[in-house]
Amino acid sequence: MFPAPFEYLAVRSVEEAIDALARHGYDAKVIAGGQSLLPMMKLRVAAPSVLVDLNRVEGLSGWQEDAQGLRIGATTRHAALERARPLAERYPLILATAPWIADPLVRNRGTMAGSLAHADPAADWGAAFLALRGQVEVQGPQGTRSIGADDFFVDIFTTSLAADEIITAVRLPRPVGHPEATYLKLERKVGDFAVVGVALNLEVDPEGRVAQAGIGLAAVGPKPLRAPQAEAALIGQRLSFNLAREVAALAAEAADPTSDQRGSAAFKRDMVRVFVQRGLESLRQRIEGRQPASA
Amino acid sequence: MRVTLTVNGEVRSADVEPRTLLAYLLRDEFRLTGTHVGCDTTSCGACTVLLNGVPVKSCTVLAVQADGGEVMTVEGLEQDGQLHPLQEGFWESHGLQCGFCTPGMLMTAYALLREVPDPDEETIRRAISGNLCRCTGYQNIVKAIRYAAERLSAAGAVAGEVK
Repeated sequence: MFPAPFEYLAVRSVEEAIDALARHGYDAKVIAGGQSLLPMMKLRVAAPSVLVDLNRVEGLSGWQEDAQGLRIGATTRHAALERARPLAERYPLILATAPWIADPLVRNRGTMAGSLAHADPAADWGAAFLALRGQVEVQGPQGTRSIGADDFFVDIFTTSLAADEIITAVRLPRPVGHPEATYLKLERKVGDFAVVGVALNLEVDPEGRVAQAGIGLAAVGPKPLRAPQAEAALIGQRLSFNLAREVAALAAEAADPTSDQRGSAAFKRDMVRVFVQRGLESLRQRIEGRQPASA
Repeated sequence: MRVTLTVNGEVRSADVEPRTLLAYLLRDEFRLTGTHVGCDTTSCGACTVLLNGVPVKSCTVLAVQADGGEVMTVEGLEQDGQLHPLQEGFWESHGLQCGFCTPGMLMTAYALLREVPDPDEETIRRAISGNLCRCTGYQNIVKAIRYAAERLSAAGAVAGEVK
């Protein structure tokens, strides 16, 4: 199988890439890992007439931590994040989510920024990005701007990026408390897209109360979703079995699934409830394991 | 477009359309047909090769993206008529039946042993989770990779050094 013919531009700088996008508009597509785009082009679901390849742009690959948080360059592969042990302490959701993406071979090539820009509602990073209150750094002909997670996803395969804008990096804020995180995913077979995915990120204060809560949902709506009411119910609280149950019910209400070959809407919504409760329970055990027993 | 890459240590060039996939460059232009195209939809891993040392699905990489890079295919495993310990392991442990997935399995396993010279079963199974086999049930593939790991450690070498 071959993609439809296209013009290939191996750009050397972000400026060169933006220039190409400005000239070709919606006829052009940016490629980084290409692990979603190339299959779609081979199936002729996508047929861009110009492909702008970011892989040879220097300085776009790799991650860096600073006082504000974590900055992940646009061409950083999933595999690099999966192996980023130094991130375990402050950004555990990254390490919890990465191993669930597709399979090891795809993770060697695919990128987080590319996955976000692709905006598949079933993608694992979308849910994690929302749970972590991330931002994307974007560059276009007018300069740079940043887009917060809540404003980024618009609809299925649609983001608020303009046709001539490129994500240069993903930014995640430094946690306000001690972070505990998990990613739960139901898949029909190993490496598949999520039937349901749930990203949980809790930042806990020294007294064991939740200072910041992130609940991101994959594959249960036209775009990755956050569960704000469920998150709000956690703030200022110590996790308990009953609270987890309450929060799980609220998170299920935030889901907006449709019935398809992966399951009925009712099943998927209920799996959100089950996963949120199960995930919070595992986080509760981890948090209590760190706290003095009397607290 | 003209692409030049090093394949199994040899510099090779070809004229390709931008839409040519790496797997087809290797098979149709360079006649390295050991790399198999199975599903052609980024699922099965039969087309796995190392691109700049990293195992990737060559049906999902453009040949032009590999320009200037280094590719290792299954043909690069055997040296001077000697099977690589991985190939020997697949032979000895019956790690294949129809053999279609084997080139991809071998390349993934090769990269694994370079990163983790003594992997346990769990690590092996995770590493090959992007490579589908429809015959063996994976049992003997895991054994074959363990065989190679033991052979290589007994030889006091990691896969990368034996090459």
